[in-house]
Amino acid sequence: MIGLLGVFAEAWSEVRVHKARVVLSLVGVFLAVFAMTAVTALGLIVAQVQQEQAERSGGRAATIAISAYDPMTGMPADPQRWDTAVGELLGRYGVSEHATIGYGEGLFRLPGGTQSLQVMDVSPSYGPLHRIEPISGRWLREGDRTALSPSLVVNEYMLDMLGGGELTAPRTVVQGGPQPVTATIVGVVRDGYPQATVYRVDRSGMDAGATAPAGGFYGPPTLELWVPDDQADAVISAVQADLPLILPGIQVSAYRQDSPGLADSLDTLRLAVRGAGAVVLLLGGLGVFNVGMMAVRQRIREIGIRRSFGATSARVFGAIMLESVVATVLAGLAAVALAILVVDNLPLVDWFNNGVPIADEPGFPVQAAVEGLIAAAGVGALAGLLPALIAVRVKVIDAIRF
Amino acid sequence: MSQLQLTGVGRDVRLPDGGLLSILTGIDLTVGAGEHVSIVGRSGSGKSTLLNVLGLLDSPTSGEYLLDGEPTDRLRGRRRARLRGECFGFVFQQFNLLPRRTAAENVAAPLLYARGRDFLTRGRAAREVLERVGLGDRAGQVPERLSGGEQQRVAIARALVRRPRVVLADEPTGALDVETGRSVMALLAEATAAQGAALITITHDLAVAALADRQLRLEAGRLTPMEQVSTEVPA
Repeated sequence: MIGLLGVFAEAWSEVRVHKARVVLSLVGVFLAVFAMTAVTALGLIVAQVQQEQAERSGGRAATIAISAYDPMTGMPADPQRWDTAVGELLGRYGVSEHATIGYGEGLFRLPGGTQSLQVMDVSPSYGPLHRIEPISGRWLREGDRTALSPSLVVNEYMLDMLGGGELTAPRTVVQGGPQPVTATIVGVVRDGYPQATVYRVDRSGMDAGATAPAGGFYGPPTLELWVPDDQADAVISAVQADLPLILPGIQVSAYRQDSPGLADSLDTLRLAVRGAGAVVLLLGGLGVFNVGMMAVRQRIREIGIRRSFGATSARVFGAIMLESVVATVLAGLAAVALAILVVDNLPLVDWFNNGVPIADEPGFPVQAAVEGLIAAAGVGALAGLLPALIAVRVKVIDAIRF
Repeated sequence: MSQLQLTGVGRDVRLPDGGLLSILTGIDLTVGAGEHVSIVGRSGSGKSTLLNVLGLLDSPTSGEYLLDGEPTDRLRGRRRARLRGECFGFVFQQFNLLPRRTAAENVAAPLLYARGRDFLTRGRAAREVLERVGLGDRAGQVPERLSGGEQQRVAIARALVRRPRVVLADEPTGALDVETGRSVMALLAEATAAQGAALITITHDLAVAALADRQLRLEAGRLTPMEQVSTEVPA
């Protein structure tokens, strides 16, 4: 124990006495660990942003999109038959996570006049499946389906069209058409789009009068199934085989809607980032190694003196090695601290995601910090190895006479 | 029992051309506890090599060296290093203080290799020894700010801090003027005697040698008794 304490005391004393040399040699390691740690953390945030952007449009892995239409007319299947078929399909395969989306057009009485806007009729489960997080208010829920006033979630652009301001309390907007209704805006999302986005809870035709097609055709509604990644292909095959049997004469389309290659792409991105960090660290380590080699040659006399005090070869080796490790770990600690400070205090989401909040914002990755410290210690050990071996081979007599 | 006993010790080195150079030949030397021995010789006579052999920094190529009755040729590196640290204190001609460390840190440095209480109380022990050599007020100074005499006194304190049984001094006054050398030598002799340690001084200065109980001459690698020399410094 005392021996270990002695090695630490000696190494610390060396670091303290040779501050300038140590600091100079550590600039490279500090920058390398900072770069590696910060870039790893940034890489994770960028990867999360990319993942969430992809999931917002295509759904989470694996999302199977299913639609059905009459091949003769191109029109959607009868809503009641469709609903029945969907219920049977979900029950048969025990799919609990699913959502629906259908596109239509609605007339809205806005301060500047009535405008026709695209409306997305979605099930409440559509939000979680697509990581949609309102910045104010709330997302749609099951109770909205039976509310007398249809619930809407709009984007900030739409809110601006309604006069702007904050959504501190639900606001209303009149949906025109043959039978106008007053809809309630219950939530606002930030999506960065320069056009209105309107989500409305699907109510199985309750507001059909208010959303009479304004001449456009938006295709059949889409059923989305969220299934385990490894079962996606099997589910697609089963749906393509079974649904036409339930809906005779109806053409069924089933395909994977999320980005199956995204995980691999993000892994490649992370790997590239870490690889770049490792190269930078290696270069920093070379700097420490160079200075360590020069320093040990200048300290040969001192090493000889210490041997005359009774320092064993192992002790000399340990002290030189630990000196290098202590120094690089200190540099690593400082670098990790700075990386945490920088990553946690910069508006990275604003920069990478146009201000759209991400649902699962990753905190500073502990793994990156730990890896940074381990890498710093490793570089210190590697850079100290050869100087330590040289120090051990020093002949005491020559060293004292040096 | 004698502390150090050399019998027929020789030290040869191999030259680049393959030949052998005998630096020490048939050295017989016995040093008892608390004894003060000086070894006089010209440059190149093998004085430093003999001191290195005595201090376990080097090994003889022939003969036998007993330390407290134990043959040193069987000592392995680790035990050898430990014995060197525990039994010997070194005083060098060029002081060999660790640069940029304070006097106290220099004196405490050997205790970094000690065990137990000696390691833990090294700071206090260093200050106490510095007080004894009259440098208590200079404990915080780095060697670069000390005079030659002060530096050698720090080196003496450092040699004594582990309470060695033998102090080996290689030309301890060689880098000092006559007056300073005399006072440093007096201090060294007094401090080692106070601790009951043996002192072996290697010098080419007869006045320094005269301070010892016993004087020996090393010439062409052979050690012979020397007639009593005057304590007067030659004009």
